[in-house]
Amino acid sequence: MREQLVNGNPTLEQMPLGAGISLRAAGEWTVHHAPDLERIVDRAEQLDNHAGIIIDVSHVSRLDTFGAWLIERMRRNLTKGGAEPHIAGLSANYASLVDEVKQVRPGVAEPKQPMTIVRAVEAVGRSVVEIGDTLVGLVNMAGSILYAMWRVLLNPRSFRLTSMIHHLEQVCWRAVPIVLLITFLIGCIIAQQGIFHFRKFGADVFVVDMLGVLVLRELGVLLVAIMVAGRSGSAYTAELGSMRMREEVDALRTMGFDPTEVLILPRIIALILAMPILAFLGAMAALYGGGLVAWGYGGVQPDAFLSRLREAISINHFTVGMVKAPFMALVIGVVACVEGAAVKGSAESLGQHTTASVVKSIFFVIVMDGLFAIFFAAINI
Amino acid sequence: MAAYSDDAIIRVRDLTVGFEDHLILDHLDLDVRRGEILGFVGASGAGKSVLTRTIIGLMPKRSGTIEVFGVNMNEADEDMRRAVERRWGVLFQHGALFSSLTVRQNIQFPVREFIHVSERLLDEIAVAKLAMVGLKPEVADLFPSELSGGMIKRVALARALALDPEIVFLDEPTSGLDPISAGEFDELVMTLQRTLGLTVFMVTHDLDSLKTACNRIAVLGDRKVLLVGTMNDMLASQHPWLQAYFHGKRARTVIA
Repeated sequence: MREQLVNGNPTLEQMPLGAGISLRAAGEWTVHHAPDLERIVDRAEQLDNHAGIIIDVSHVSRLDTFGAWLIERMRRNLTKGGAEPHIAGLSANYASLVDEVKQVRPGVAEPKQPMTIVRAVEAVGRSVVEIGDTLVGLVNMAGSILYAMWRVLLNPRSFRLTSMIHHLEQVCWRAVPIVLLITFLIGCIIAQQGIFHFRKFGADVFVVDMLGVLVLRELGVLLVAIMVAGRSGSAYTAELGSMRMREEVDALRTMGFDPTEVLILPRIIALILAMPILAFLGAMAALYGGGLVAWGYGGVQPDAFLSRLREAISINHFTVGMVKAPFMALVIGVVACVEGAAVKGSAESLGQHTTASVVKSIFFVIVMDGLFAIFFAAINI
Repeated sequence: MAAYSDDAIIRVRDLTVGFEDHLILDHLDLDVRRGEILGFVGASGAGKSVLTRTIIGLMPKRSGTIEVFGVNMNEADEDMRRAVERRWGVLFQHGALFSSLTVRQNIQFPVREFIHVSERLLDEIAVAKLAMVGLKPEVADLFPSELSGGMIKRVALARALALDPEIVFLDEPTSGLDPISAGEFDELVMTLQRTLGLTVFMVTHDLDSLKTACNRIAVLGDRKVLLVGTMNDMLASQHPWLQAYFHGKRARTVIA
């Protein structure tokens, strides 16, 4: 079928020629035989003959750039003390190919790697600088968003309502099923664990207190924030990052639009509106799940559950949870946009920043939750 | 194995390609001869890229046969297909360089996969390919995002040529290059064709390339190949689109 693959393994014969040597190349000097060729040429390059070497290529049946380069490399390496090997028997076609590879000047040194200790110290230093850069970036982005908000307040018609509604659908409406499902399951698990352990003290019914306080005050909003960071924060970073890669952000800027106003503000506002809604729905689903488990597994009747819940929690617990939601949304949104804006040209960079977006926003959400806990404890709520 | 024609390296018969109810190519026939440079022209949206992508197996076809190196791609098994794919190189319109690899790694990627040679030879080959497409060795350690448009084209060609293929598919290789670089690119393609016996399938709108580099020109229109022939055949044709294309204002300065 493929005659050129069948015949002619490459060979290089040494023959005496007067006082010198003739190297007679034959067969196919092509990429298909590259490993063999390399071995042959490596061996031939060890030759030492000052009386002159001729490389005879008239019997080469096929030549491509691999073969031509290896012949040229052999010629160069055999050039010693002014005795330059002569390449004989080149057909006109192959001559231009050999001329082509004659221009090659290999040996660009790879950048030198510094010592490992230096590298380790350098890595630490870079990470420290990176942390600083992250904080500056966050403050910078927050400022630019505030400024965009101010301009929108002065001129409300410039607000991208359609875009905001579109993002609201993406991050809120479409997130409802998964948020409900996960919080429902978490509510079930908390109730089951609570009943299992409280039963030892005969205090089954206190599971309602635990569930109510935990879900409304802390877990509901925190869980939802983590889900939103993973689901919507990453999407924001990827969207903004690929828009940057494809110069769409630059295009906006040249048309006189402010990317913060057009791209970032509608996304952040959508997230700020979505988080309280999702946090509320999540809390309700968790309570519902917990109630079901308390009934089925713990034997707490629904009316007993409800009246216990009414006693155990006050509106304060609910408020504390809900107040945190928009702030967490803001943090997630700002981190996602900072990371999106930092994406460089490569696909790898897009992946790195999307990961960083999720990791950083979850970290900041938890830190913020802690700060809120301290704050509310200080004002006795 | 199907009957092997004397000189057709790619043989397309009765090819029909479409999306849902929208037909793009309708019973199209095309032969590409061994060792020629075939220029492929047609109005924007006529399906040039679709044909190219169908031949290289990136798009499904509704019916018809495609034979490359005498291998019927419908019947070829996985190994056969791989063997054929190893013998062609593709230059995508926007380069399609791997953005997370350096230029050197981009060029070495196919070589490293298929052939076991030393790092030294890999490096030399990368530099050699770069030199062949007219780039300096210093470019080797840059990332694609650091290259200009013309350099991306050249590096992409170097990668397409990495395994010394027998066919190269070029999708608008000279678009976005300055006329001097475009001319050099044509020279380069012709040199490679001469020295390596390369067959070139080139989608192009560059009339200079069509005139200087291409042995034959195929015209796509009305979901079929309207005409295949030399530049003189194109000029002699009475088809209105061909008239407009080859006798238009832009064409006159090149061809006259």
